[in-house]
Amino acid sequence: MSAEPKHGGVNGQAPFRVLPKISDDDRPFWTGGERGELLLPRCKNCNRWHSPPAPLCPHCLSKALAFVPLSGRGKVYSFTINVQAWNPTFEHPYVIAVIELEEQSDLRLVSNIYGCPPESVEIGMPVSVFFEAFEDVWLPLFRPLVEEGGSDE
Amino acid sequence: MSERAEQTVVVSGAAQSQIGRRLMRGELELTLEACLAAIDDAGLSRDEIDGLASYPGKMGSPAGFSGPGTPTVQDSLRLQLNWHRAGPEGAAQYAPIIDAVAAVAAGYARHVLVYRTVTEASAQKGGRSGIGLDGGGSGVPRMDGELGQMLPFGAFSASNWVAWHCQRYMHEYRLSREQLAQISLNARRNAALNDQAIYRDALTLEDYLSARMISTPLCLLDCDVPADGATAFVISAADYASEMKQPVIRFEAVGSALHDRPSWFQRGDLTSMAATDAARHLWSRTSLKPQDVDIAQLYDGFSWLTVMWLEALGFCEKGGAGAFIEGGEKIARDGVLPLNTGGGQLSGGRLHGFGLLYEAVLQLRGQAGERQVGSDPRVAIAAAGGGPLAGAVLLARQ
Repeated sequence: MSAEPKHGGVNGQAPFRVLPKISDDDRPFWTGGERGELLLPRCKNCNRWHSPPAPLCPHCLSKALAFVPLSGRGKVYSFTINVQAWNPTFEHPYVIAVIELEEQSDLRLVSNIYGCPPESVEIGMPVSVFFEAFEDVWLPLFRPLVEEGGSDE
Repeated sequence: MSERAEQTVVVSGAAQSQIGRRLMRGELELTLEACLAAIDDAGLSRDEIDGLASYPGKMGSPAGFSGPGTPTVQDSLRLQLNWHRAGPEGAAQYAPIIDAVAAVAAGYARHVLVYRTVTEASAQKGGRSGIGLDGGGSGVPRMDGELGQMLPFGAFSASNWVAWHCQRYMHEYRLSREQLAQISLNARRNAALNDQAIYRDALTLEDYLSARMISTPLCLLDCDVPADGATAFVISAADYASEMKQPVIRFEAVGSALHDRPSWFQRGDLTSMAATDAARHLWSRTSLKPQDVDIAQLYDGFSWLTVMWLEALGFCEKGGAGAFIEGGEKIARDGVLPLNTGGGQLSGGRLHGFGLLYEAVLQLRGQAGERQVGSDPRVAIAAAGGGPLAGAVLLARQ
């Protein structure tokens, strides 16, 4: 879908990413990026989201779940700048962040933040999702949200 | 009032194998060295051992992490077991200790041998190994569970997972790198008096602040050191105490609770960890209070984990750990809470929680040699784990 070089690698190459083992429960989450959609299950009974995807709503135990697109916007709940070269195909340093999605305060993902210097990342920073494909997995990655009125709090 | 189960159980034996970097000795040899020494320390023979437990049980990877499984140890010593268990899940590295206490209290077994062996230093001689660390290839398995949600983003190391907790803590509370350094500096001061410790040369704050970053805000000296070695205990019914040749160390309480989400990033408050739940559980099972504890051996796989345990166990108020450890006086061997008195894992070597428990037993027995805490400690706490893993035990000299 996207021809631009993948983020986070060395010499224009994509970094080697360990990929998730996709299950029937979480397939929409890992593949929704093909259509630009960040998908997580939302309960039709209690209207709450959950992550990671599970066969029952962990809040009310209802089975009435549907994958619904999220806005893809969130904030940095916490982060680290990884400096140690665990894997030589990653460009170092790189940011690993815990992202809190805007729809619900306990809806968190681990991801990377690209498109800004690592040292500029702060807790509370607004970010938005983009996707990169690795084999059949569309990984949700994040970049700083650029939008008028995007306040930092 | 009826006794808690823990209070009917004692530590009758404790021992370690040779400890070091790259000993290039077999994991089973080290294990048996520690186990036989612990059985002897307990005044028992192997025929009397009727329980066996370990963490994490035999695992193929990471190399050097697991040590031998219980069937191998059982067969090597031809033990006749009434109860046995091992596995990576449960109350962190102390799951086999906490389970052995229950097994003895329940009468499943009378004398349980518990061991933990690591040979990570030797295994990493040719470089680190781990999922996806060699640059990848088709042989790298896909991951499910939480690793499948973290490893795709290059969060390869526990240092990353701990770092984002520490970063959030530093955002919400006051903790400077100079304060955090005191955990590592204190460990090194204590290690200097422990001839089994790996790093014993003097360490200064300047050394700490100039050490290379691993994963912000954690630098190299916030991370423990891979080691080779085995630690073993014999956990026995309290009615054996009258026959013991060693001072009697009784279990006072254990903590194994995990109430929040079992996750490295989904816990509601990432300035705390499962340790908070385990600590609350422990204090609910004893009339003793944090101020009754004479010495603390708190998990220091990463320095921040010790900070986190200090708060979880109530040795300082939430957010107050930075002030508590500032300058290092309170946590020194002559301070109000002597901490990680054998050098911990940061300087002593990553014996995965068992080294800390061993040090607690030595100190309570008065057998810690040059580093013995002078205040005649009678109550000790040992705690292990980080993230979703936590287990703690409170010990008292009879």
